[in-house]
Amino acid sequence: MQLTEKHREYWRRNLRLTAVLLSIWFVVTFVVIWFAKELNEIVIAGFPLAFYMGAQGALIIYVVIIWFYAKRMNALDKEYGVHEGED
Amino acid sequence: MSATTSNTAFFNQLKKYYSFYTGGFIAFVIILAILEQMGLSNQVIGYIFLAATIALYAGIGIMSKTADVSEYYVAGRRVPALFNGMATGADWMSAASFIGMAGTLYLSGYDGLAFVMGWTGGYVLVALFLAPYLRKFGQFTIPDFLGARYGGHLPRTIGVLAAIICSFVYVVAQIYGVGLITSRFTGLEFGIGVYAGLAGILVCSFLGGMRAVTWTQVAQYIILIVAYMIPVVWLSVSITGNPIPQIAYGQALQGVTAVEKELNDPTTVKGAAEQTVRAIHKAKAAEWGEKLKALDEAVAAGQGQAFWAEQKAKAEAKLAEAKAAVPLDEKAVKAAQKAVDDFPKNIDKLKAKWKAAEAGAKAKSGNVPAHAAAFAGKGATDEEKQKDSNTKRLNFIALVLCLMVGTASLPHILMRYYTTPSVREARQSVFWSLFFIFLLYFTAPALAVLAKYVVYTDLVGSSFASLPAWVANWQAVDDTLMKIVDMNKDGLIQLAEITLGGDLIVLATPEIAGLPYVVSGLVAAGGLAAALSTADGLLLTIANALSHDVYYKMIDPNASTVRRLTISKMLLLVVAVVAAYVASLKPGDILFLVGAAFSLAASAFFPALVMGVFWKRANYLGAVIGMIAGLGVCMYYMYTTYDFFGGVAANEWFGIKPISAGIFGLPAGFLGVIIGSLISPAPAKEIQELVDHCRYPSLEGDIDTKAA
Repeated sequence: MQLTEKHREYWRRNLRLTAVLLSIWFVVTFVVIWFAKELNEIVIAGFPLAFYMGAQGALIIYVVIIWFYAKRMNALDKEYGVHEGED
Repeated sequence: MSATTSNTAFFNQLKKYYSFYTGGFIAFVIILAILEQMGLSNQVIGYIFLAATIALYAGIGIMSKTADVSEYYVAGRRVPALFNGMATGADWMSAASFIGMAGTLYLSGYDGLAFVMGWTGGYVLVALFLAPYLRKFGQFTIPDFLGARYGGHLPRTIGVLAAIICSFVYVVAQIYGVGLITSRFTGLEFGIGVYAGLAGILVCSFLGGMRAVTWTQVAQYIILIVAYMIPVVWLSVSITGNPIPQIAYGQALQGVTAVEKELNDPTTVKGAAEQTVRAIHKAKAAEWGEKLKALDEAVAAGQGQAFWAEQKAKAEAKLAEAKAAVPLDEKAVKAAQKAVDDFPKNIDKLKAKWKAAEAGAKAKSGNVPAHAAAFAGKGATDEEKQKDSNTKRLNFIALVLCLMVGTASLPHILMRYYTTPSVREARQSVFWSLFFIFLLYFTAPALAVLAKYVVYTDLVGSSFASLPAWVANWQAVDDTLMKIVDMNKDGLIQLAEITLGGDLIVLATPEIAGLPYVVSGLVAAGGLAAALSTADGLLLTIANALSHDVYYKMIDPNASTVRRLTISKMLLLVVAVVAAYVASLKPGDILFLVGAAFSLAASAFFPALVMGVFWKRANYLGAVIGMIAGLGVCMYYMYTTYDFFGGVAANEWFGIKPISAGIFGLPAGFLGVIIGSLISPAPAKEIQELVDHCRYPSLEGDIDTKAA
């Protein structure tokens, strides 16, 4: 089993995608918590912003992150020919 | 090609079965509702729900019974992404999520959101770092991966040990929840409720292992989500006219905020009335303070035992007095009897009880905290307030991180991703898992605010002469959940006169929303489904760790299939009975222990698992040092800071609470893996090939790690 350059590129792109999505996860979770008091001054439709992010906003973003990762990686598998056979 | 078509056919078949099942369940609830109108009693409805759902789970268990190793351990690896998502959802959401979450949010507002974020955001880590790679690796348990990746028995053994510690405290809490729900809704005794629930758990996992548990969990997910949503949607419509609670509650939140301001303003009528009650609480807090001082002095003088005996005698004297009173006051006798029955067993427990009473009175003597406000600091000066607020923020962040990483490390969850047909479906399955979990978790904050709105606007300011039925009912059932006393004798209810237990929110929502009792029965069935499904998954994890990792992999690798399964089932039975026995003792600190499980799992597993995939250089010594360091630091911190183990808060680092001990264990674990790996030789070529094998869903000339 010898890895080709193409294989290495697949892995690098996977790492890059993982890093980007993880940064989004980090920002909507920890940066928002850190500035919660300040963000709560902004009120939209009755919701203070930090409260809304903790109760719903962050959760929606988590779901989207995972959905996007699955979609992107499954496409990447095909592009680099490392997708599973039809079994 | 033929396998794909059979997978699709299987999926369609499942879809048909479960649609039919959902329809049948709804019809069942409607029939019960009609029977209720015709005069069926509440208790009978409770029994029917309990019996029908447990019979249903048992039925699925019997239909899925299997003697095949792969079916028993990983459901034959053909669970489609969508259904594995539902099963993971049920596996994940415990009695605490179902019943306790909304209550925690009600009581602690923004600060409670750490659980909502922590228990959902962890799936991002599962998706990005673990699920697809573990699926490609494709064996049976999480210690399997540690064993194969790092070699030797030690990493596997530590993994088994950590898996058992985390899962066992967790399963005890679930069985405890089962006992509580059954006893509340059927009037059975708690102990009997525990064993009745246990029967439901066992029939399922005992006969069919992972296969039976999976298909039962899907059924349980459907029940629990329906049960959660119906009352909340109804409540939302009746308060705001909008059937989507997650949007509508912004309006209710504004209402709550307005009332909070009014109650904290002594120039308003309601605000002034609150002030009088707060003054009473303040006096009570001082009284408890005096009593605690006397207790401490007695202990310091070595008279703790005598002091405790004296207090106990006082409670007994009160009971005798109440019994002798003319005319006899039944309520007072009952209360005095309860005080004697529940009297703390030793001086330490007595102190803890008094401390809690003091804290409760103190909390009620202050202003109403704003629901959405983050990290409200307490203290005499602005500086103290700022400091307290910063500590709260730090704790919030630490807790969120521990819960997230813990989620991504709990073996009973990770194990579920072994059951999908492919890496591709494993990735999609994490999406479905979080989606189904998200449905409940993003509803809970809405429910908390809607319930608060009802309490703040309908209940506060109304008269004691006309208490709403749900208040009177729950006060009669359990006064730790609902208690209202007219402390300032003005005949009106003030907020500070209401004592409300968190679990009440979900349990009482059907009544608050004015729904028939059948919906309360449905909610109980939902709570039971949540507890049973989680217990199933955990028991299987423990039994598999013992039978597969310890017995088969270490003691007798030549054991026959029949023997492996027999041992596995025997162990399952033993673990279940031990867990039920521990639960029937009603260990009071169980909630802390569940929280602790996340920190322990995070510290023990996460570094070794993630580095195993992402760093080829990680080796045997690194894994051993990393896991021991992570687990060790985490346990040491809990031991020195949590009073259950005799620790004190003064030992805390940066004011971090013991539940978030993982915040120290996690870096220790990563450091251990890195240092241990660098000071010893790089792993063998086969191990590096194993890592590549996990990284790529398919490679030419790939090795095969699939277990048969």
